[in-house]
Amino acid sequence: MTDDRSIEVVGLVREFKGGVRAVDGIDLHVASGEIYGFLGPNGAGKSTTVKVLTTLLPPSAGRATVAGHDVAGAGAAVRAAIGVALQDVALDPMLTGREHMRLQGGLQGIPRAQRGPRGDELLERVGLIDAADRKSSTYSGGMKRRLDLALALLHGPRVLFLDEPTTGLDVQSRTSLWDEVARLAREEGTTVFLTTQYLEEADVLADRVGIIDRGTIVAEGTPAALKAQVSTPTVEVIPREPDDCAGACDALAPFGTPVAERSAGSVAVRLNTGADQLADIVRALDGADIAVAHLALHEPTLDDVFLAKTGRSLEGAGAGEPHAAAEPDREQATA
Amino acid sequence: MSAAALAARGGVLSQVGLLAGRSVVHAMRAPAQLVFPIVFPLVLLAVNTSGLDAATKLPGFPTASYLDFALAVPFMQGALFAALNGGQDLARDIENGFLDRLALTPMSGGALLAGQLGGALFTGVVSAILYLLVGVAIGAGIAAGVGGALVLLVLAVTICMAFACFGTFVALRAGSGEAVQGFFPLFFVLLFLSSAFFPRDLIEQDWFRTIATYNPVSYMVEGLRSLVITGWDTGALAASFAIAAAAIVLFLALSSRALRTRLVRT
Repeated sequence: MTDDRSIEVVGLVREFKGGVRAVDGIDLHVASGEIYGFLGPNGAGKSTTVKVLTTLLPPSAGRATVAGHDVAGAGAAVRAAIGVALQDVALDPMLTGREHMRLQGGLQGIPRAQRGPRGDELLERVGLIDAADRKSSTYSGGMKRRLDLALALLHGPRVLFLDEPTTGLDVQSRTSLWDEVARLAREEGTTVFLTTQYLEEADVLADRVGIIDRGTIVAEGTPAALKAQVSTPTVEVIPREPDDCAGACDALAPFGTPVAERSAGSVAVRLNTGADQLADIVRALDGADIAVAHLALHEPTLDDVFLAKTGRSLEGAGAGEPHAAAEPDREQATA
Repeated sequence: MSAAALAARGGVLSQVGLLAGRSVVHAMRAPAQLVFPIVFPLVLLAVNTSGLDAATKLPGFPTASYLDFALAVPFMQGALFAALNGGQDLARDIENGFLDRLALTPMSGGALLAGQLGGALFTGVVSAILYLLVGVAIGAGIAAGVGGALVLLVLAVTICMAFACFGTFVALRAGSGEAVQGFFPLFFVLLFLSSAFFPRDLIEQDWFRTIATYNPVSYMVEGLRSLVITGWDTGALAASFAIAAAAIVLFLALSSRALRTRLVRT
């Protein structure tokens, strides 16, 4: 069992006082070495799921095993196998980065002689070695996140839980954290269970995505498969001469359904099949003698998936009412 | 004891050391946490000694020096501050999620409590020694002699731990720094409604004397004071130690129960 890095969840329920079911019967399987993105709006049940899987909350019903150990019955074994960075960075403002590593290393039972080198190695890896002797209260948001991640990794966990690891980070910090998470899965075979409310994060990082809404999983699969399920890509063309718009429209018509124009002077269709029609589209435009200034392929986004499954848009959905502005044809500019 | 049990015990001891070290670092890095508990009671001692010295002329006042009489008070106030600071530290761990981080390691709950109290012990020892040195330097005499001074330190630290256990309990139970802070005025009232500033038998108001008689703080103060003004008063010492020890046992038990609820890890 010692090399088990998987997560198995069957019928997991977590009910709070007053009968609120934050997690309402979810099933999921995360294979060893996989990055699983758990995507959903605020209040969907992501953090509660993480707390149950990391043994910080007992499940109300159902069963979950992490790294081969039952979360309810073998908490200590689960904790020994996992690394956790919770949604709020959990740091001691009075301790330096290096002191955090030493404290964590000691509590994790790392032999004294190895604590220093191992801590420094991780501080180096997350780019904090120069700030190692500064109190964590002086760190920026991104630095705190990175220290939090380094602490989670100190004992070499087989399964890593990251609860909204990039919320509130600037683009640069976010990208560097993504790189590190991807490296962990690729090079060290660490299984990563990552919750996020950012579509892009799930899309870029996750091998597979589970979409959670109001405590239940509404869709699951690879980002590509999920997107393919709900919609096909859209092709957008901007002719060099604005007068050619009508011609471009005719040329594109055989390939799909016209959709509302995305930007001024453009023509767009949602393709009948996949992106393999692109060459034919170019030939058709060429045949119609239309000079093209701009041609773009827009993939459907995970937001389209969320929208199709829940009738609401993920962004700004929160735990609230169905989104009034969620038109079925909504397009995303970020493909 | 099996090798595994020995290793586990070594692990727990090392955890206590790590966590106590953290508490001490907190005390050292937040000067306000160390300076206030030490300076404020001394200032109050100076003010009271100069202002209330005339009280010693009352017939039946147990000593001719109000300084000697009041020297026990800073030890009590220092204990209050130690409890407040320790409790707030722990409450902050709960509030900012650091306790969850600790809970995810193999740390034992007992090690957390012991480490937490280790910090209070450190503050308690440092401040008690300082109060004693300052007291003697400005003219207080310890009736029980050098041995009495040592017992005074031990008793003061025991009382400090009793209050620290209470602070720990409130922090774990309420999980908020405000709640810990909220108890602070209450304890000051308890201190003022005790025999800390006036001997019980000289308190004229009946209600005040009654409260002071039932107030356990009176007996803690009187134990400390007996060493300064009386010499060896076994009864007063026994009562003082017994009340402090009972409080330690009670609040430690309540704390570990509250910790179990707080650390709901499976």
